[in-house]
Amino acid sequence: MATKGIVKGIVSNLVTLEVDGPVSQNEICYISVRGVKLMSEVIKIIGRNAFVQVFESTRGMRVGDEAEFEGHMLEVTLGPGMLSRNYDGLQNDLDKMTGVFLARGEYTFPLDLEKSWAFKPLAKAGDKVKAGDWLGEVDENHQPHKIMVPFVLEGTCTVKSVADEGGYTVKDKIAVLTDEKGEDTEVTMMQKWPVKKAITCYKEKPRPYKLLETGVRTIDTLNPIVEGGTGFIPGPFGTGKTVLQHAISKQAEADIVIIAACGERANEVVEIFAEFPHLVDPHTGRKLMERTIIIANTSNMPVAAREASVYTAMTISEYYRNMGLKVLMMADSTSRWAQALREMSNRLEELPGPDAFPMDLSAIIANFYARAGYVELDNGSSGSVTFIGTVSPAGGNLKEPVTENTKKVARCFYALEQERADKKRYPAVNPIDSYSKYLEYPEFQEYIARHISPGWIDKVNEIKTRMLRGKEISEQINILGDDGVPVEYHVTFWKSELIDFVILQQDAFDDIDAVTSLERQEFMLDRVVAICHTEFKFDAFTEVMDYFKNMINVFKQMNYSAYKSEPFEKFNRQLDALLKEKSEN
Amino acid sequence: MATKAFQKIYTKITQVTKATCSLKAAGVGYDELASVDGRLAQVVRISGDEVTLQVFSGTEGIPTNAEVTFMGKAPALKVGDQLAGRFFNAYGDPIDGGPVPEGEEVEIGGPSVNPVRREQPSELIATGIAGIDLNNTLVTGQKIPFFADPDQPFNQVMAMVALRAQSDKIILGGMGMTNDDYLFFKNTFSNAGALDRIVSFINTTENPSVERLLIPDMALTAAEYFAVGKNEKVLVLLTDMTNYADALAIVSNRMDQIPSKDSMPGSIYSDLAKIYEKAVQFPDGGSITIIAVTTLSGGDITHAVPDNTGYITEGQLYLRRDSDVGKVIVDPFRSLSRLKQLVIGRKTRADHPQVMNAAVRLYADAANAKTKLENGFDLTDYDNRTLAFARDYSEKLLAIDVNLNTTEMLDAAWDLFARYFTPAEVNIKQEFVDNYWKK
Repeated sequence: MATKGIVKGIVSNLVTLEVDGPVSQNEICYISVRGVKLMSEVIKIIGRNAFVQVFESTRGMRVGDEAEFEGHMLEVTLGPGMLSRNYDGLQNDLDKMTGVFLARGEYTFPLDLEKSWAFKPLAKAGDKVKAGDWLGEVDENHQPHKIMVPFVLEGTCTVKSVADEGGYTVKDKIAVLTDEKGEDTEVTMMQKWPVKKAITCYKEKPRPYKLLETGVRTIDTLNPIVEGGTGFIPGPFGTGKTVLQHAISKQAEADIVIIAACGERANEVVEIFAEFPHLVDPHTGRKLMERTIIIANTSNMPVAAREASVYTAMTISEYYRNMGLKVLMMADSTSRWAQALREMSNRLEELPGPDAFPMDLSAIIANFYARAGYVELDNGSSGSVTFIGTVSPAGGNLKEPVTENTKKVARCFYALEQERADKKRYPAVNPIDSYSKYLEYPEFQEYIARHISPGWIDKVNEIKTRMLRGKEISEQINILGDDGVPVEYHVTFWKSELIDFVILQQDAFDDIDAVTSLERQEFMLDRVVAICHTEFKFDAFTEVMDYFKNMINVFKQMNYSAYKSEPFEKFNRQLDALLKEKSEN
Repeated sequence: MATKAFQKIYTKITQVTKATCSLKAAGVGYDELASVDGRLAQVVRISGDEVTLQVFSGTEGIPTNAEVTFMGKAPALKVGDQLAGRFFNAYGDPIDGGPVPEGEEVEIGGPSVNPVRREQPSELIATGIAGIDLNNTLVTGQKIPFFADPDQPFNQVMAMVALRAQSDKIILGGMGMTNDDYLFFKNTFSNAGALDRIVSFINTTENPSVERLLIPDMALTAAEYFAVGKNEKVLVLLTDMTNYADALAIVSNRMDQIPSKDSMPGSIYSDLAKIYEKAVQFPDGGSITIIAVTTLSGGDITHAVPDNTGYITEGQLYLRRDSDVGKVIVDPFRSLSRLKQLVIGRKTRADHPQVMNAAVRLYADAANAKTKLENGFDLTDYDNRTLAFARDYSEKLLAIDVNLNTTEMLDAAWDLFARYFTPAEVNIKQEFVDNYWKK
């Protein structure tokens, strides 16, 4: 018999239940309030008292209200039909909800139970299979959606039967598996999995090394991220976190993009709803929405569900990774998730850690980032979950627990800077503080040498050094004055400005400049580095600025023109002429 | 509030703090309203048979044998067309001497809009102020605060914006407003003949501070009535949200919660987000736009209240006195409207985004030149031109006394570009230069 509980105490969304049987940590229960059942999760147990966080408003709840326990942790339902959907943090299908306002206690099923999918078997009777192995596939928005052996099955099973090719719903039986004890399990196209547990049905998780193209120059050229890599974007408000995140999610060369809007503005999610169905994936030519899943827990939605939302998104990401797909997951913002943890920790009256966050915050963040990664499956395929989270540091100060703990685990750091944003130098990623650890991976260096060009990484390091040198000189000029330094200093400074304006700055709202192909990035890097190596002759520092401003202007017009188009070539020739004017060789 | 017949009356209060009192009671719902010695209170904690009430007007003089009754409902507002033109206190009771309006009773602080039922905001709100319309364009369904020091004329600017914006209703939520400011709003609106489209919920400095916590929810419940029920464009003015946050901190302190940054409760982000996220564009044409004020202490935006606000709202507006031209301007550096991308260059002329950015960039160059000048360095010819440009830009466009339409603003900017710079220095897409550069 299922365990039952009775409400004993209420403080905001923390409810104390007196239970009549066994309960487990993180078990789900439903509390009935005036006929409406509210989903809750156990977060602490003392004796017969279970402390649960309610995923909804507790308004009107009374002492004596009854709760029923479900016997499992918070789960998601996995199966074909998740792509293009908009879920809340608990995987309710938001489009299936009826009213304009979110009604308390309204839960909707995440999949379409009636839709018929064209199933093709990949396994046959007699095959030996393990959890996560592929039994068949259906076509979901042009992606081969593998139907896998349920992740909960242990040991090796024998396939007793697999359905023939044909149309099936997610409820239909598509295979029967026999386990080592001889017991049969019927398999459908959907399965459930607890969100807080990682799906680990793969052979191994090697170091990631393949570049994940984003079309954003300050990432791809300067601090690249890889398939299965991790990165984070901290920045004060107004520095362009969301614009950068949206740019990455629109342009990245991934098979599946999962966006967890975690405690952020609803209008930002609405922007995705409004634009993605019309925007085209630059790599496949299909609509962006076809490859996207949105998990929306906006800032006004219940706080406890906010914590769940990032786990829901990660679990769905891992599910698609196990099909051998390239998944990109974005979470905006992980600080809101950490704050949700803080609110609950506070209500539980736990002793606070730094800035009143829970003491185990660093472990929670580390465990979460560890779920991303590049994996090799037993059948020789590979898949990846690339994870990029944003961090919203309080007061823009990076010395705060969420930023510091994330920095320990994420391999790419894209520091958005107020000063750059104030100067409208977007994306406002600081080129000196930001880094990508993958640039140091020999596997990655070898991959780049093979796929782009052998000299690429040297050039990248060179422009990074030039940016640093440019900053030093600009500080010297500020102290000594324009004529207090040699003219060559001005040239070096303006070369770094050239790199900044031409490569780093990118107009996310211009159709052409917003996304730059790798080929074009290579062209631009070569062109800019060659100019940096050119010796110029100037008589006075005043000439330097005018000359480089002209050059930047031509480059900028070029950035706004389609690659190798007629205007592009025209501006390119203008550059040649400009260079001839002042160069010494 | 009258008590109903046959209602159970409790008379044994077991604990009293400055803002709360506790008693033993049964069958009480969370968030429910109660009356303690005639004062309004709300259930904030239930532990077994012990119920803790937050008394809005404070607990001064409450005896342990005070009469406590529970009302069986959360705080609510009677909504209807009769709200228009009226002034209410934090409980929704009239303070203008008029009758209690008739209408359906709706619990305040209701559920949030399903994000998939929202419409993307796309309608520009014209204010005539170039610092706003040109650089930080507002859009219906947006939420944006003024970040201002207490001595700045934010209430005047807000009243001006409210009156110029083409809205069907203006809802004013005043929290800890001085009586003088309350009368300022009342007179300004009445002089403009706009009183019939204004609903006000006012908590002045004379009222208890904890009562303020009800103001935003009251104002937004009224706003939802007009925006959802009547498909009206509603503009909600909330001033001053820092006072609201201070009231939150007081209550959380009395409840023995562990404070986080700047003594604010750990839930400050969610508390503020619940209010601001009520801003919405509905598919049927109704919208709620929120313009708020967050006063700063000495311009410090890293304080928990402006900091959390900045992460929630869709931009922020700063006012600053420009000593070079002697006028209050909308600061182009730190001000931002996140939703402007949805309308500029789409609902306005195509050159708008680039002109806006170029002007701000040149204004930034002027700021650098000014630093150079202050440090005693020689200025280049370019530096001198940027300084001249900055003075004109500030006076003709950024000052809050400007009243132009966006096309006039753009033309004015092109005028200044041509007067002081070459096209290469302005650095704008060639096609716009070809079209608009004044020869």
